[in-house]
Amino acid sequence: MKILVCISKTPDTTARIAFTDNNTQFDENGVQWIINPYDEWYSLVRAIELKEKDPTTIIHLITVGGPDCDPVIRKALALGGDEAIRVNAPAKDSYYVAAQIAEIARQEKYDIIFTGKEAIDFNGSAIGGMVAELTDTPYISLATKFELTGNTALISREIEGGEEIDEVSIPVVVSCQKGMAEQRIPNMRGIMAARTKPLKVVEPTAIDALTSILSFELPPAKAGVKLVSPDNVAELVRLLHEEAKAI
Amino acid sequence: MSVLIFVDQSEGHIKKASYEVATYGAKLAAQLGTTAEALVLGTITDNLADLGKYGIKKVHQVANETLNHLDAQLFTNVIAEAVKQLGATVVIFSHTQTGKAISSNVAARLQAGIVTGASALPDTTNGFVVKKTVFSGKAFANIAIHSPIKVISLNPNSFHTLAGEGVAEVSSLAIAVGNPKVKVNSIDKIIGEVPLTEADIVVSGGRGLKGPENWGILLDLAKELHAATACSRPVADANWRPHHEHVGQTGVQIAPNLYIALGISGAIQHLAGVNRSKVIVVINKDPEAPFFKAADYGIVGDLFEVVPKLTEEIKKMRGE
Ligand SMILES: Cc1cc2nc3c(=O)[nH]c(=O)nc-3n(C[C@H](O)[C@H](O)[C@H](O)COP(=O)(O)OP(=O)(O)OC[C@H]3O[C@@H](n4cnc5c(N)ncnc54)[C@H](O)[C@@H]3O)c2cc1C
Repeated sequence: MKILVCISKTPDTTARIAFTDNNTQFDENGVQWIINPYDEWYSLVRAIELKEKDPTTIIHLITVGGPDCDPVIRKALALGGDEAIRVNAPAKDSYYVAAQIAEIARQEKYDIIFTGKEAIDFNGSAIGGMVAELTDTPYISLATKFELTGNTALISREIEGGEEIDEVSIPVVVSCQKGMAEQRIPNMRGIMAARTKPLKVVEPTAIDALTSILSFELPPAKAGVKLVSPDNVAELVRLLHEEAKAI
Repeated sequence: MSVLIFVDQSEGHIKKASYEVATYGAKLAAQLGTTAEALVLGTITDNLADLGKYGIKKVHQVANETLNHLDAQLFTNVIAEAVKQLGATVVIFSHTQTGKAISSNVAARLQAGIVTGASALPDTTNGFVVKKTVFSGKAFANIAIHSPIKVISLNPNSFHTLAGEGVAEVSSLAIAVGNPKVKVNSIDKIIGEVPLTEADIVVSGGRGLKGPENWGILLDLAKELHAATACSRPVADANWRPHHEHVGQTGVQIAPNLYIALGISGAIQHLAGVNRSKVIVVINKDPEAPFFKAADYGIVGDLFEVVPKLTEEIKKMRGE
């Protein structure tokens, strides 16, 4: 069994969101970088659990990015995984990233490819579907459970107002979210081991990005809260009905 | 050049988000001086001609029962083929569970640039630039698509449906559908509840409710408002409420018309999932709770007293 876990580096969830260069660049000043929570808590931990059940399983981690991604990839290796691959190129857009991952996936022939349901910076939800398409593999998105028996995967996925259980033979590409696994904290042994695990740096395949970011904007500031006395709940209902027209 | 919208259906019914996409597609088509057409996969009981009310001129249906269940590969094949046959240059999905399962696959197949989570009509004055939410709703990015075919997936609840007059011409499209590789073993829908991502009103509870046994007052309020229910992450983590109710940066992101937060402090990660709501009401006993800074209306008070009163007052207002 060979599993690929896609890892993305994102700003910490408490990072101040600001832009520089005339609102064309994300302001990285003082930003702490983390493993995208969906990749860390759900995809990676589920892959590690599968390896714990079947120790012959090999887990590769992959990221597309510059050398500044290495600390985050090492942190992921501290949780688990056998080796990491970094495609040495800026993540130009989701198609560019997915095409790089698909290129590696075609060479390595993974049984399972896990992505997070989205990265918390660009909220694309696009990499999994693209990798699946570019490698001609079934795709299950927004998975909340993943069970494997032999070559058959039973996968629960979120649908509008409920859940569906899908059955599919591997290979499969799966985007993961809450429910897949429980968050883990790396231990000392893992951190030590991660230092010597291979981190292979490969050069990108020539691919054109199909989109580019022109600028960023911050949402308009709220006008400020209107407080209503707890003894006058009727006034809140009136405001919601007459002023906000929300009920 | 034409605009093609993908109509998402469930058990024969067109989903609400697809009417938003229809309205958006029709507006975009008018802006580009072309027409908006729709693609429907599977068998359907709703009257497809009614999509004309939202500005759709033609509806193309591939009425094959195999397509009543989602299989990303089959859907990608059929949609990509339809795009070619119809010569569509802009393809629009809703950024819902179904949209997330197929839009990027279709884009990759067509070598088309995609913007997911779009929040406004594209600016087509100079190129094709789509605004989308980034950093979980904390900011927007304006993204230019450079490829000949463009794919957009529209955030639900970010574009209001506009129903007028009109009858769409419905025809069937002959596209071979292969065999699915994904078998749907079971579907479990929570009956009677409003799906969170489609809801106009959401009532959400945090740790301030103290325990799952206290959810009754929240559910009463939600019922009175026909609202969906949500919760903060610690509430889901403690299994007070099901995981699918967890909203925030690492949960579901929503943008209802009205979001009512009960006993939620308003941590930055929570706000990231709900800050696109049009109107936010916060009920919290702590006047310093950060949520008040993001709120439109608030009551500083004990939710156990305020919430039952609120439900009563709404009943009164409605003359019940
Ligand atoms: C990486 C990361 C990701 C995260 N993702 C998410 C996420 O997606 N969603 C999310 O929600 N959180 C997320 N969190 C957690 C977040 O930081 C907060 O801890 C969490 O949102 C707090 O939940 P809460 O508001 O329910 O609880 P608390 O912060 O404990 O707040 C409870 C509130 O209830 C009020 N209260 C208590 N009693 C009453 C009463 N009787 N009447 C009225 N008010 C009362 C209190 O004043 C308080 O403000 C994340 C954290 C991290 C580190």
